[in-house]
Amino acid sequence: MTKHEKSAAFSRRALLKAGGALVISIGAPIAFEDVCAADAATAVVTKPALTPDQLSSYIAVNAGGSVSVYFGKMDMGQGLSVAIRQMVAEELDVAFKDTKIFIGDTATSVNQGGASGSTGVQEGGHQMRMAAAEARRVLVEMAADKLGVPADQLTVTDGVVHAKSDATKKISYAQLIGGQFFNVHLDWNGKYGNPLYAPGKANPKDPKDHTIVGQPIPRDDIAPKVFAQTNFAMDVKVPGMVHGRMIRPAVAGAVPVKVDDGSIKDIPSAKVVWDKGFLGVVADKEWDAIKAARQLKVEWSQVAPPFPNQASLYDHIRQAPTRKREEGKPVGNVDDAFKSAARVIEAEYQWPFQSHARMGPGCALVEIKDGKVTCWTGTQKAHFVQTGLAATLGVQQDSVRVIWTSGPGSYGRSDADDAAMDAAVLAKAVGKPVRVQYMREEGTGWDPKAPASIHQARAALDASGNVIAYDYLSKGFSRIDVNTNGSEPKDTLAGQNLGVDIKSGDGFGLPGDSYGFVNKRTAWETIAPLLDRASPLRTAHMRDPVGPQIHFASESFIDEVAAALNADPVEFRLRYVKDPRDVAVIQAAAEKAGWQSRPSPRKDQSGDKVSGRGIAYAQRGPSRVAVIAEVDVDRSTGKIWARKFTVAHDCGQIINPNGLRHAIENNIVQATSRTLWEEVKFDRKNVTSVEWRTYPILDVTEAPEQIDIVLINHPEIAPSGAGEASSRPVPAAIANAVFDATGVRIRRAPLSPGNVKSALS
Amino acid sequence: MTQQFSLNVNGKVHAVEADPNMPLLYALRDDLGLNNPHFGCGLAQCGACTVHLDGKPTRSCVTPLAEVGNAKIVTLAGLGTADKPHPLQAAYVEEQVPQCAYCINGWIMTAAAFLRDKKKPTDAEIREALTGLKCRCGTHMAILRAVKRAAAMMG
Repeated sequence: MTKHEKSAAFSRRALLKAGGALVISIGAPIAFEDVCAADAATAVVTKPALTPDQLSSYIAVNAGGSVSVYFGKMDMGQGLSVAIRQMVAEELDVAFKDTKIFIGDTATSVNQGGASGSTGVQEGGHQMRMAAAEARRVLVEMAADKLGVPADQLTVTDGVVHAKSDATKKISYAQLIGGQFFNVHLDWNGKYGNPLYAPGKANPKDPKDHTIVGQPIPRDDIAPKVFAQTNFAMDVKVPGMVHGRMIRPAVAGAVPVKVDDGSIKDIPSAKVVWDKGFLGVVADKEWDAIKAARQLKVEWSQVAPPFPNQASLYDHIRQAPTRKREEGKPVGNVDDAFKSAARVIEAEYQWPFQSHARMGPGCALVEIKDGKVTCWTGTQKAHFVQTGLAATLGVQQDSVRVIWTSGPGSYGRSDADDAAMDAAVLAKAVGKPVRVQYMREEGTGWDPKAPASIHQARAALDASGNVIAYDYLSKGFSRIDVNTNGSEPKDTLAGQNLGVDIKSGDGFGLPGDSYGFVNKRTAWETIAPLLDRASPLRTAHMRDPVGPQIHFASESFIDEVAAALNADPVEFRLRYVKDPRDVAVIQAAAEKAGWQSRPSPRKDQSGDKVSGRGIAYAQRGPSRVAVIAEVDVDRSTGKIWARKFTVAHDCGQIINPNGLRHAIENNIVQATSRTLWEEVKFDRKNVTSVEWRTYPILDVTEAPEQIDIVLINHPEIAPSGAGEASSRPVPAAIANAVFDATGVRIRRAPLSPGNVKSALS
Repeated sequence: MTQQFSLNVNGKVHAVEADPNMPLLYALRDDLGLNNPHFGCGLAQCGACTVHLDGKPTRSCVTPLAEVGNAKIVTLAGLGTADKPHPLQAAYVEEQVPQCAYCINGWIMTAAAFLRDKKKPTDAEIREALTGLKCRCGTHMAILRAVKRAAAMMG
């Protein structure tokens, strides 16, 4: 019997309908007719099991008529909660203000994948929309029964079902089911995470009838934050809680061989927790834990420095054996086409390791009490952390509750999941609730990194200047060296430090575009990590995983080909782009920016201060974005100001244009930071980017002057991701603008003053 | 090792017994139970821990208790309330600034002192006043709009 079947059986046994009244009967023998009668009960007083096939797992109508929405993804600060409430309110025909959302708590939501790949609306919202549509259908049928009016002659206004012809024939959702639960099975596809899908019998509304979806409804989580009323994960406290800090080696890969407990005996309550490579301290007071971590004397194993000189990183990547290769769908015969080329253009691009460097380093609180484990964490994936904690602690998953609580920014697989596991190991060791917060040097130096990579592109041209073949290869560290979630101890620092078997995953990506070259080959190759266990250069997902690096190269290269042919960069792209929505975003951005047709580079400038414009575009899943950057370059200092951006964005149906604009704007700024400044530095022994001076990001004095955004709305097309898509064209748009300004092609990120100045000289 | 300190925070006086070298941040968060300000770096590089000491924006993560003296401490919670918001708090809501909002203390507390002393600032002056503060989510454009909106409200 599957879990799914068991929960259905339970609900039948518990709740039997008799003569219109609900009778609870637990443990009594069940007659066949009772089971059939119970099946007809769509409202029950005991909540059915929290499984994906139950409507009650997503939506409840409260006694007062408000609607609670239970969502298994999270809002990492982009306003997703509002969008989901809009989608639910729309389908249910309730007022937006009458909805509340509960997100990322394993006790109240099913595993919809957490924050993942900008699928909050695309996958998570889709499911919530289907669940809400089914809830409305069920409620209208219940109303039909009560009112004696056929369901097809009823409609719903603000949570009140009434006859279309007679508004006095009415009954509210609250009267129908308020305070009880739906007892309605959904057609679950059996999957958890992003692919979870469990529709009912109802079809969602025709988008032309939408009145709530598409509105710029503001967020209501901002006021509590500016008035200091919101508990972040860092702010949660429980009785008896102590503070933990971790101790990391000076040479990556070293493990403690001798720990001198006596070196911290003057610090009240300080205690060492040491198991193999895992070393931490706890103390009653946070400051004492910090002092103890700094003061503890540790002898570390002697290990060979694990890293190459940073100067040879890209040689290392080029020469390292390929661990896995994947190709996109091939078009034509690239190798033959290159043999007949009149001209070949080729280039290699390079992208460094980058750090999430969240505003606050990883933090989690774990309490183990009465056989139950509770974890408060800013993770992106609470349900996967639940699995990981169960494995780490050796307990059943259903005895673990993970409560997602706002964290200090989140752009992928950060150190949040590592902190949760570290806190769990410490809490188990000391028998008290432990709150771990990493220090800044861990938040930047020891978080999972966005992978470094090289990208080789070549194009074959015929004598008339047509592209007759295109060949593109990315080679780099894997985006899933450690996995996108902490569901297995092997993917966390705690697990790796405790010696679990490790398995580095392989994944990278391909350019997202619709260039219709007659012969086309795209591929990626991954290489092994520099250090296989507990590495500060382990690699994982970071906002638009590998998107910025892939499209820095692919869209710079398209620009190089256009320049080689003396073609305008927009016109050249439009010559080859096949998808009409791609064409539309490119044209919309060019029009909004007042793009004048001419080839790059400009030829009308002299002196140190020059400016230029560049375009790049990309698809990300079903979404597509074109970005035009206008930059000022100071040739004497190498400093770039990305002064203005124009963005055209198409993610299908727009749920909330305000939230969308903010998400786009912030992606543009963060991607500008990554393009201009960000590079994780390391020496042979360890990462040396450990705070904001050694890992600089974009300063407010360098923020753009203007970001113009054109939203292209397609209500008829299913909404797709917008949380990351606009990041990926930014690096190439900037680099192309720098080429336009200076005539120099910069193929290595970041375009920091030092790198730019040396490239220009 | 520990000493008694009397801290005047948001208009109330609190007694704290702690290591005089302990940064003010931990007294505010752990001893007084204020959830803001936040720990971001412990190095005075990011601003997430910013409070006012006698009106001056101060990084509480590097300010030892021994140096606080009788200074009047104001945190984000003491700057304004939902009923009586500081113009910057109102502007932040109006402009819908966040992504994560963890950095808010630095921007609002720094900008509050700046706008108190500088009326009708230019864009360049605002940027210069806020330089060094970190926002990792990239909300800089919205932050600048909010500060300009607050500046207009403050005349």
